[in-house]
Amino acid sequence: MYTPHTQSDIEQMLETVGVPTLEALLRVPDAVALKRRLDLPEALPETLLVERLNAYALQNKALGHTSFLGAGAYRHYCPPVVGSLAMRGEFLTAYTPYQAEVSQGYLQAIYEWQTYVCLLTGLDIANASVYDGATALAEGAIMAVNATGRRAILVSKAVHPNYRAVLRTYAHGMELEVEELPLAADGTTDVAKLDAKLADKRFAAVALQSPNFFGAIDVPGAAARAALASSGTIPIAVVAEAMSLGALAPPAAWGAQIAVGEAQSFGVAVAYGGPYVGFIAAGTEHMRRIPGRLVGRTVDGEGRPAYTLTLQAREQHIRREKATSNICTNQAHCALIATIYLAALGASGLRRCATLNVERAHALAERVARVPGFTRAFSAPSFNEVAIEVPHGMTAGGVLAALQEKRILGGVDLGRWYPEFGRCMLTAATELTTDAEIEQLGRALEAIVAERKEAVRA
Amino acid sequence: MPQPEGLLYSKEHEWAKFDGDVATVGITDYAQNSLGDIVYVELPRVGSAVAQFASIGVVESVKAVSDLFSPVGGEVVEDNATLEADPAAVNRDPYGAGWLYKVKVSDLAQRGLLMSAADYDAMVAATGT
Amino acid sequence: MPETPAKETRASEVTRLTNAVTSDVSTGDLRGSTQPAGQVPLIFETGETGRANRYFPNGRSLEEFLPAHVLRGALPLPDNSELEVVRHFTKLSQRTFSIDTGFYPLGSCTMKYNPKVNDAMANLPGFRDLHPFAPDELAQGALAVMYDLQSYLAELFGMAQFSLNPAAGAHAELAALLIAKAHFAKRGTSKERTTVIVPDTAHGTNPASAAMVGYKVVSLKSDARGRVGVEDLRAVLGPDTAVCMMTNPNTLGLFEDRIHEIAAAVHEAGGLMYYDGANANALMGNARPGDMGFDLMHLNLHKTFSIPHGGGGAGHGPVGVAEHLVEFLPTPVVTRRTGGEQPAYALDFERPASIGPMRSFWSNFAHAVRALTYILANGGEGLGEISRLAVLNANYLRVKLRDVLEIPYDEVCRHEFVASAQPLKRATGVRALDIAKALLDRGFHAPTIYFPLLVPECLMIEPTETESKETLDAFAATLRAIVEAARTDPESVTEAPVRTLVGRLDETRAARQPNLRWS
Repeated sequence: MYTPHTQSDIEQMLETVGVPTLEALLRVPDAVALKRRLDLPEALPETLLVERLNAYALQNKALGHTSFLGAGAYRHYCPPVVGSLAMRGEFLTAYTPYQAEVSQGYLQAIYEWQTYVCLLTGLDIANASVYDGATALAEGAIMAVNATGRRAILVSKAVHPNYRAVLRTYAHGMELEVEELPLAADGTTDVAKLDAKLADKRFAAVALQSPNFFGAIDVPGAAARAALASSGTIPIAVVAEAMSLGALAPPAAWGAQIAVGEAQSFGVAVAYGGPYVGFIAAGTEHMRRIPGRLVGRTVDGEGRPAYTLTLQAREQHIRREKATSNICTNQAHCALIATIYLAALGASGLRRCATLNVERAHALAERVARVPGFTRAFSAPSFNEVAIEVPHGMTAGGVLAALQEKRILGGVDLGRWYPEFGRCMLTAATELTTDAEIEQLGRALEAIVAERKEAVRA
Repeated sequence: MPQPEGLLYSKEHEWAKFDGDVATVGITDYAQNSLGDIVYVELPRVGSAVAQFASIGVVESVKAVSDLFSPVGGEVVEDNATLEADPAAVNRDPYGAGWLYKVKVSDLAQRGLLMSAADYDAMVAATGT
Repeated sequence: MPETPAKETRASEVTRLTNAVTSDVSTGDLRGSTQPAGQVPLIFETGETGRANRYFPNGRSLEEFLPAHVLRGALPLPDNSELEVVRHFTKLSQRTFSIDTGFYPLGSCTMKYNPKVNDAMANLPGFRDLHPFAPDELAQGALAVMYDLQSYLAELFGMAQFSLNPAAGAHAELAALLIAKAHFAKRGTSKERTTVIVPDTAHGTNPASAAMVGYKVVSLKSDARGRVGVEDLRAVLGPDTAVCMMTNPNTLGLFEDRIHEIAAAVHEAGGLMYYDGANANALMGNARPGDMGFDLMHLNLHKTFSIPHGGGGAGHGPVGVAEHLVEFLPTPVVTRRTGGEQPAYALDFERPASIGPMRSFWSNFAHAVRALTYILANGGEGLGEISRLAVLNANYLRVKLRDVLEIPYDEVCRHEFVASAQPLKRATGVRALDIAKALLDRGFHAPTIYFPLLVPECLMIEPTETESKETLDAFAATLRAIVEAARTDPESVTEAPVRTLVGRLDETRAARQPNLRWS
């Protein structure tokens, strides 16, 4: 139980308190008392505990497979130095640094994280973190609503479907409207009619993701940017694969005023979906509307530089129902992992890693395109994911199931969210994807085509 | 400190100074003093309509936030843009440089619902702080 | 240690005081370790371009694959050697107070020991490297972890079902209020049910979450016993009541002993009862919100279930509901099908009445592993004993501090209690804030201060069950010494801390001229 009390401690302490038994301390009215013994497991000693948890872990058979899964969660190399530092007990078991005088180390690390996010996105300020990429989008949209007084959000259909779903969950609570922008044939967002759409100045924000859900680099051109500017609509950039920030032009370069995203790729394990780390960056004009914690640099009474949580009057513990958001606990430790990861890689390491992602994805796309009937679904340039169209007469789901039998997780079936893309699968490569794995996928697809021909002939 | 004469006061510790049908609005010395160091003032948008005694903004100090209730109703015609860079003006000079915004008052009868300096002083004295 | 002569004098006074404290304690130094002095340069101020990239092979350039206009120009990040990185973050860690370094009696935060085996289990490759889009049949172990955890929580707290979807307590509050909204929409009364009732002792997240779902917040004053008065509650209940959000025990550490009457009144008015589980460490295994009439609740697994707080997250905030609200739980829901050789677990997304997903993926899964590990390590009996010892520690400290500080509600408390420095402030000018800072000088973390709002000069103290009697004695002796110092030499307390790396900060400057990044 990790409790230090001896029987004699308990007796002495009860005597000090003046209560005969432990049970007497917790007495509740009969009407709400526990009526029966709870049906819960017996305690396990640590030897058996580890065995039990190992047994659960071994049931996750996916680990024996070659994986091309991405779609918002990416398997990247994390140097051991990152975990070794991040798992130090001082970091892991600290609370939110409300007492700044004894928390300078963690506060400085968060200040460094905020700076990294600014440098990577090209924007002025960033918060300490939010839960993940999807909630970052929802919170970013709320910022835009508060900034403009408008109550509708326009979001590209090429934004991660889970992010759009979460945006709708939040929007339903706040009674905001959400509309979607259609796709163009090349796999990017169709912004051709954006000016007409924005003319009535109904939308607080337009959210665009790049690289988008299909892996395509998707930033608005000059005409779309002009339409955004003239309508006073706030452009929100969504970044679901933070690794791309090491290679691609930052969101500020195309005029995004708010950038939201997911930084799981910076050293945070895929861990079946969490915890990850969402970020929000913005122009200075949005400083009072940004949700969650902010660390600022100031001085102490002696004039020594020091860090502290600041602008707290925005937050729930002070402003209560008028707060910018209800967020309290955020993802500080994941942000710390990302900070250490970026410090370890440096500019040269991050750029190299991002470049390898592009190179590996190209190698993957080229190999798959050599399989008869398989083509790239979209022509727009991509980062580390490619949408692949499977041959006529097959479905993406069918191909993925056949690959799974060959111990390959080939990607995700786009038909799951886009019925019109039932023959498309989204396949990811990272710096960890080897030539051998790509060749294994190519051959497996060739075998699937051959087996199908056999079956048709028979 | 005694309140300046010629201003009218609300029980929410705001003052209004009438010049024809335009009233300048601020918070009282008592209010700035109880809030402590003011770090940010959120003002109503110019052009927006405010109702008398409605909540229309906030004043933030380091670890507290306080609602602003407009002592007058009408249309906001000007705000004190210098407070963005210098919110401390509200602490330094609450009746002068620290004014908040101006309202074109919809109905001058609103004045009847506000207090004189003497009545406001008495109210503050009665709260016992 | 500060270098100016004036400060040295003050520091030596503190040393004198501290010596007085430690001499009270025969069992040795139970205070937290002191932190090393000196500034650490920012990571952006060190390193040299070209000193990094030791991890990846060289190869072709980006321009060979992508058109120039989509690429970024400069990437203005620092290149540090790996040793520079190690020293930098090691120094930052040494300048961070934590449970692992000292006693952390932060009220309502449940800063208990975080067992290391939890972290080791979360880091098993079978969990750590499992992709969220792995097909269900290849992720049976992870799904079983989630299913078992949500089932154990349901049994422990008397709910029909839990969802592990929300990421933290406030996130789960939002989920719960969306569930309430969906419940009233189904009954066709969501237009009328517009009000959420929140006692004045509630956590700030309660009203903030209510506002995010468009609810009007009615704050309810506590009665003279520091609890919700049933009559006061009845006065605000009506056809507009949607939800009553309660923390039990409340943030004064007091059990709401009329909770069944409160629940009956709210239900009679057609409203729902919401349990804020921030204080669940006070009753786990001994009493259940479900038996008290609560319809919805959340837990902070990072409090009660020993998940490390990590400097402010990630947390884990499951939301639990009674039977009539199960259909509204966020997606996906983990289901279990029996009948085959082994039970088959799955993620169920097809739930038409659901409020939808709250986050990108299914749960803060690594934390679910930690919480499950903790439950299995302690067993049902152990979890109950943990709560009893948490309550014992709080009461022991309350009694030890009776003649040191005012205890405004001096009765048997639960896992935490509040003390007030109001009489001390009147007598000496020393405030709760000063006491907090003086504790930092003496190697302890401060309690939560100025919360709950209804107690002036409030110190909210939650020792947790993992602290020994010796530590509690040392803490009580230290508080006693600080209060004595306040009476004899108040300046020595109001100027604290002087032994920490930095003194009190200029927070006004931080907020008036925000500097939120290096540039």
